[in-house]
Amino acid sequence: MDRPDTPHTDEPLVAETQMERRSALAIWISRLEGPQTMGRGPVFWATAALVVLAAILYPLFSNPFAVGNSAYFMVWTFMAMGLGVVWGYTGALSFGQTAFFGLAGYAYGVLTINFGAAYGFTWIALAISVALGGLFAMLIGYFMFYGRIKGVFVGIVTLSVTLVLETFMAQTAGPQWRIGEARLNGFNGMSGMPPLTIPWPGDAIVLYPGVGLYYVLLAMVVLCYLGLRMLLNAPFGNVLVAIRENPERAEMLGYDTRAYQMLSFALGGALAGLSGALYTAWGQYITPSSMGLTAAALPIVWVAVGGRRDITATLLGTLAVLFAFQSLTVYGSQYALIVMGALLLFTVLLTPDGLIATAMRWLGRTFGGAKR
Amino acid sequence: MTEILSVSKLNKKFGGVTVANDIDFTLHAGTMHCLIGPNGAGKSTFFRLILGEHAPDSGTILFRGADITRLRSFERIRRGISVKFQVPGIFKALSVRQNLDVAFQHHLHGHNLSSTVKRVVEFTNLEAEVETPAGALSHGQQQWLEIGMAVGVEPTLLLLDEPTAGMSPDETRKTGEMLHDLNQRGITILAVEHDMAFVEQIATQVTVLHFGRIFAEGTIAEIIDHPGVQEIYLGGSDE
Ligand SMILES: Nc1ncnc2c1ncn2[C@@H]1O[C@H](COP(=O)(O)OP(=O)(O)OP(=O)(O)O)[C@@H](O)[C@H]1O
Ligand SMILES: [Mg+2]
Repeated sequence: MDRPDTPHTDEPLVAETQMERRSALAIWISRLEGPQTMGRGPVFWATAALVVLAAILYPLFSNPFAVGNSAYFMVWTFMAMGLGVVWGYTGALSFGQTAFFGLAGYAYGVLTINFGAAYGFTWIALAISVALGGLFAMLIGYFMFYGRIKGVFVGIVTLSVTLVLETFMAQTAGPQWRIGEARLNGFNGMSGMPPLTIPWPGDAIVLYPGVGLYYVLLAMVVLCYLGLRMLLNAPFGNVLVAIRENPERAEMLGYDTRAYQMLSFALGGALAGLSGALYTAWGQYITPSSMGLTAAALPIVWVAVGGRRDITATLLGTLAVLFAFQSLTVYGSQYALIVMGALLLFTVLLTPDGLIATAMRWLGRTFGGAKR
Repeated sequence: MTEILSVSKLNKKFGGVTVANDIDFTLHAGTMHCLIGPNGAGKSTFFRLILGEHAPDSGTILFRGADITRLRSFERIRRGISVKFQVPGIFKALSVRQNLDVAFQHHLHGHNLSSTVKRVVEFTNLEAEVETPAGALSHGQQQWLEIGMAVGVEPTLLLLDEPTAGMSPDETRKTGEMLHDLNQRGITILAVEHDMAFVEQIATQVTVLHFGRIFAEGTIAEIIDHPGVQEIYLGGSDE
């Protein structure tokens, strides 16, 4: 062992001095790569750019129905990435992200049915719905984490919350269940809300499922993905992973672990809320079953199959599983669910880190350093 | 001398077992103090009480004059306490560098953070393992990593639970030198230790804990000559 008392051997590395002089923006951009996310270097980013380019060109070579359908897949990715943060990075397996999805979905409906789509209000409604999803998650997170609930009990509490919400919404069929103009409509769900609408001089652009919505969602997915990469590689993300690994030790290093867990959960709730509000806007429709048991289980399958501990694996895995699921649904939705269950079992047993994450690691090893 | 830590009438029971029995304990700023006692005496539990991982049944803990008895663990740490646990408390899936980043990043940033990490990596002799997951290190290296995490923040009070367990005599001696060095820089140290040679090397004052009670206290010479202390160590743990 070296003698410890060499206090000022700290010759700064060149890269570090440059780091010091960089602006806050440059620091955040540098966090697009880091210890908490796979993928780094020119090959990775060139591949990523090609994927995005292909996604941009896709509508030119496809039909409007398929494009609208792809938009539908992208709607779900926010909830999946949020679950990735909560479960994969922070270590709390939430079984109830659909509670925040549903709350925000209904909120978008209630707000837009009452206040319409003029003056860009649908976007304000979207923002409010996302905030509600996040705040509700923060409240649930507060009671769970400050109440020292952990492990499997997080799953039980969150599942209970989403099932209670489903049950509650299912019994709102009567005409007395209305918020302003908006009838909640019980089991049949709420419909008739306006899609996202971009105010435009002359004629507003209404984003029905199709090419316009596809591009808006593509931009949102890319921004959200890059934003999460930066956040997860920031000190905040390091602490989340430390909490997943050893919460007592993280606390004993001076971190308010409960606050971090609560904030991570709130972020997961806000992202689930974004999916929920976008889903409602996409289909102009939301039902209580979006918060039911099957709906609650699916995000866990997407995230586990792709790989919960890496945001890229989560995103790609979710899109892949959604595509597979929909292709299978042609043969019957019960059948598709059984295949989903088998896929989950297969993943958990054979590649516990997730199929995509394992594949990415293999690619990284094979093509040396291009991907981690 | 000013008191950095003063514990009074501290009591804690686990079920029927008393693990802290009316502990009155004072630690003076700038000292190196050892806590010894047979297995199960309650040494680690005493640390966990100081750190707030367990709440005492009664009693108070003052740190630098302020009552911290009801504070949460992270708040106590932020006031200047750091700890190395008996069982290495590291983040096994994270690399050595990430472990150190997490340990220091809440009060160091940018260049200061990376230079501190670099320095700690050097003195813990983990240069070749910077990118290795901590779980893949040898037990001794994990021990060093955790010591590095605890000392790198330059705390006011450093708590070490069996810092030399599993170390070679050479490493033990170097740990002792490192602790002297930290102490010179003004860090107060309280260490749980079984190795009496090591205790002799580092400590000015020694406290003996037995069945959760302060059994004896004094200089190392006084403790070694204390007939009762010899008895509890030699005669097993039957009182
Ligand atoms: N969380 C706990 N719940 C119940 N009993 C506990 C708990 N932690 C410790 N104990 C008991 O308290 C007593 C003191 O344990 P402690 O770990 O503090 O001893 P120690 O002096 O550190 O021993 P060692 O030298 O073996 O490390 C033991 O009898 C132990 O079994
Ligand atoms: Mg112990």
